[in-house]
Amino acid sequence: MSFGVENLTVRFGRVTALDEVSVVVRRGEVTALVGGDGAGKTTLLRTLAGLVEPTSGTVRRPGVGRLGYLPAGAGSWKNLTVAENVSFIGGAYGLSGADLADRADPILERAGLADARDRLAGQLSGGMKTKLGFSLAMLHSPDLLVLDEPTTGVDPVSRIELWRMISEAVADGAAVVMATTYMDEAERAAFVVLLGDGRVLLSGEPDELIGSMPGTIVETDAPVDSSLAWRVGPVFHEWFPWTVPDGLTGLRPDLEDVCIAAELRDRLIPVGDTQ
Amino acid sequence: MRAMILKEFRELRRDRRTMAMIIVFPLLMLIIFGYAANFNVESIPTAILGPGAEQVAQQAPDLFDVTVVDSTGTSETAQTLLRDAEAQVAITTDTEPPTAFIDGSSLFAAGKAVGALGRLGDRITVDILFNPDLITSWVLVPALIGYILMFIGTVVTSIGLVRERENGTLEQLAVMPLSPVAVIVGKIAPYFILASIDMVIVTVLAMILFSIPFVGNVLLFGVGAAIFLFVVLGVGVLISTVSQTSGQAIQLAIFFLVPQILLSGMIFPIEAIPWGIRWLSYFMPLTYYTKISQGIMLRGAGLDSLWPAFVVLTVMAVFVFTGAVLRFRRDLTPHRVSEAPVQPEGAPA
Repeated sequence: MSFGVENLTVRFGRVTALDEVSVVVRRGEVTALVGGDGAGKTTLLRTLAGLVEPTSGTVRRPGVGRLGYLPAGAGSWKNLTVAENVSFIGGAYGLSGADLADRADPILERAGLADARDRLAGQLSGGMKTKLGFSLAMLHSPDLLVLDEPTTGVDPVSRIELWRMISEAVADGAAVVMATTYMDEAERAAFVVLLGDGRVLLSGEPDELIGSMPGTIVETDAPVDSSLAWRVGPVFHEWFPWTVPDGLTGLRPDLEDVCIAAELRDRLIPVGDTQ
Repeated sequence: MRAMILKEFRELRRDRRTMAMIIVFPLLMLIIFGYAANFNVESIPTAILGPGAEQVAQQAPDLFDVTVVDSTGTSETAQTLLRDAEAQVAITTDTEPPTAFIDGSSLFAAGKAVGALGRLGDRITVDILFNPDLITSWVLVPALIGYILMFIGTVVTSIGLVRERENGTLEQLAVMPLSPVAVIVGKIAPYFILASIDMVIVTVLAMILFSIPFVGNVLLFGVGAAIFLFVVLGVGVLISTVSQTSGQAIQLAIFFLVPQILLSGMIFPIEAIPWGIRWLSYFMPLTYYTKISQGIMLRGAGLDSLWPAFVVLTVMAVFVFTGAVLRFRRDLTPHRVSEAPVQPEGAPA
């Protein structure tokens, strides 16, 4: 069973935020949405969560109360303690007493929040806040978890812990769709969707995307065309959509290279003119 | 420093509400204060009762606007007329000398009447009812109770709701299996309860500290306050739906609150405000709450005379609260950009 959107278009006035986007989010998998600022990631997630009504297209989401949502930069009520946040969300989903404790205790334990039950959410560190938000979003064992950049601004250790929690939710059968700005995270997803200007530029499994990248990426100290190059540590990576100049050899790209190349192709080269 | 000043002006130019505060608010204050800040009552609704009523009515100075002439009226009738706010002065001619009963809860009218009647010396007996010593706090505090309810209802409630939006938790509430009505009621019920507790504390303290009497029906007073609370809580919710930040909510609340202090009869008598401005008073909930609270606390007025104020407040409550709920509900439901099919799980793609 899967969720997602098909031929989804969302317009805000004259601005087209999403244009004929189709994404499938399968149970037991993480689907990662990547793309630059304004690509449409948050609009897609908010539409999936039922917060934005589509202009056209189809949205498939679980029934009432079967969806968990973690908006960017939020997720908990800062003037409530961790325990009070849990109690509020549990109450809203009809969980209380022993049922709530049975569900919440292991989640808080795994989130490293078991000893912080009496602390105000507003006084938690950034990583702890995000883990609390995630814990609250999955407290009711949702079928679909919608996460908007849950790891942005979170320290590396908390990111690892958060990913462990996401993996556990997936193992429990949840469908997870998340926006991320980190390509290493996207590579861990079962399915990756690259959005650009409200359109799907690439979609597929990470290896599949890497294998099907058009053109060639080379590593160089002196790019031939700086508009097609980007810095990676001390060197540059440069994308050649057609032929590679003599003396340069292509490298095996990673997902970040592929996504940058796809965005460059979309911006600089007319569709279908990459051969 | 030049860059800082320039940046501040640029920000201000785009902050339309603050610009409105800077430009519109002083003008509003100037007009309202200029016209409304008038303690000078020039016409006092007066009833003349008893066998010599017709004769006395003809001799009454212009200050006394004779609205009731009843040759069968007695002292009892006079007190009833004042209690029901049908007159501010009632002169009975069945005694010798005649007795002028004055409504002490209409502070400025009473002061003016006492001055005018005092000039008649022992040709008339003056009896000030409901506030014999014309103490300002007796008149002000019942209205102040309304102002406190209004402050909590608009400022505190709107900030509480806007905070959900500022913190991004409003969207979480929207995806939870809570109906919009449950969210709204859940959000405002605590403020309703706290405002009610505040009202009780302030009323009891006022009675203790300022010896303000409470001669009317407590239950009726509570019902009036509850209806008024619905109005102001509705205004608070409305403010929250058009504010993105707490600052914006406070700005709007100030626009709502300040004119009411000046135009509701809380400080300046409504009768002394020129009609060009006075009509605004009749759109302000505090005007009606002040009538109710002063009427019940000081004069012991009942529903038979206060029903118009109750009816207006109830109509306001229905309209404002319904509007507020509908607008807030819109914040909790999907932003409708156009009609489109949304299929539940399992439906064909």
